[in-house]
Amino acid sequence: MKFAVIVFPGSNCDRDMYHAIKHVLGMEADLVWYDNSNLENYDAILLPGGFSYGDYLRSGAIASASNVMQHIKAHAEQGKAVLGVCNGFQILLEAGLLPGAMLPNKNLSFMCHYEPLAVANHKTCFTSNYEKGEVIQLPIAHGEGNYFADDETLSALKANKQIVFTYENNPNGSAADIAGIINRQGNVLGMMPHPERAVERLLGSDDGVKLFQSLIQNWRDAYAVNA
Amino acid sequence: MKKVTIRIMPKQGVLDPQGKAVQTSLSALGFSDVKEVQTGKLIELFVEDYQNIDQRVRDMCDKLLANPVMEDYHYEVEEVART
Repeated sequence: MKFAVIVFPGSNCDRDMYHAIKHVLGMEADLVWYDNSNLENYDAILLPGGFSYGDYLRSGAIASASNVMQHIKAHAEQGKAVLGVCNGFQILLEAGLLPGAMLPNKNLSFMCHYEPLAVANHKTCFTSNYEKGEVIQLPIAHGEGNYFADDETLSALKANKQIVFTYENNPNGSAADIAGIINRQGNVLGMMPHPERAVERLLGSDDGVKLFQSLIQNWRDAYAVNA
Repeated sequence: MKKVTIRIMPKQGVLDPQGKAVQTSLSALGFSDVKEVQTGKLIELFVEDYQNIDQRVRDMCDKLLANPVMEDYHYEVEEVART
């Protein structure tokens, strides 16, 4: 399975993501500069965290208007996996690939620490290796992770089981304790916490590994029976 | 040449933590008569004259300048001297 880690000007978790995929999971990965439009050879696209374009205008807004988004949308329409973490989630929201928007954290502080999360939906291609309702520890690192959506959208997210991760102790004011959501088709996941920063016990937690393992296993089951 | 002034504010009912912090800070300075503060953005565009300027500006706001999920925008167009 081959992963593309999209690098925007201002991305800063791109190498962590690359390290997780390449060295911990042992899969193929490329760091792909955002103006490279050829994404056809990749099975999954990862939008890393950071401050793309300095968070100018709104977090993720400028990146969401770049040409590469058209290719990412086409990739998603084929049913291939897209994961946006932190700023990557903000970009997916701004691009309309996921519903809702991000407001500044309720306490206005940039927060950087481990948070316990519940796996609210373990029946997605990103979470099938977790137990139902499993509580995991992942680091958060954001100033604008206060998920907002209107009531109608929140109801639809709940009804369709699109809420994938919830905060146990909502740190930022997110509606419905939302830490991560998936699209209706189940192949585009956005989340504020950082699974790629939790892949080695030595560094505090390896609870993020199962997310990538789920993705790899589901891809193998779907596309590469003999691989 | 036209000058387009776009004012972008949080939608009614959307939490504005920045406005809340400014209000608290004003109150600490003795301006406790301020009951509510709303913060937003002001963007000025200088554009060549063309037809359908309203449609163009709305397109720009909907596609990039404002986020309709959480923000409302208003704009004004005025004639300015070419610089």
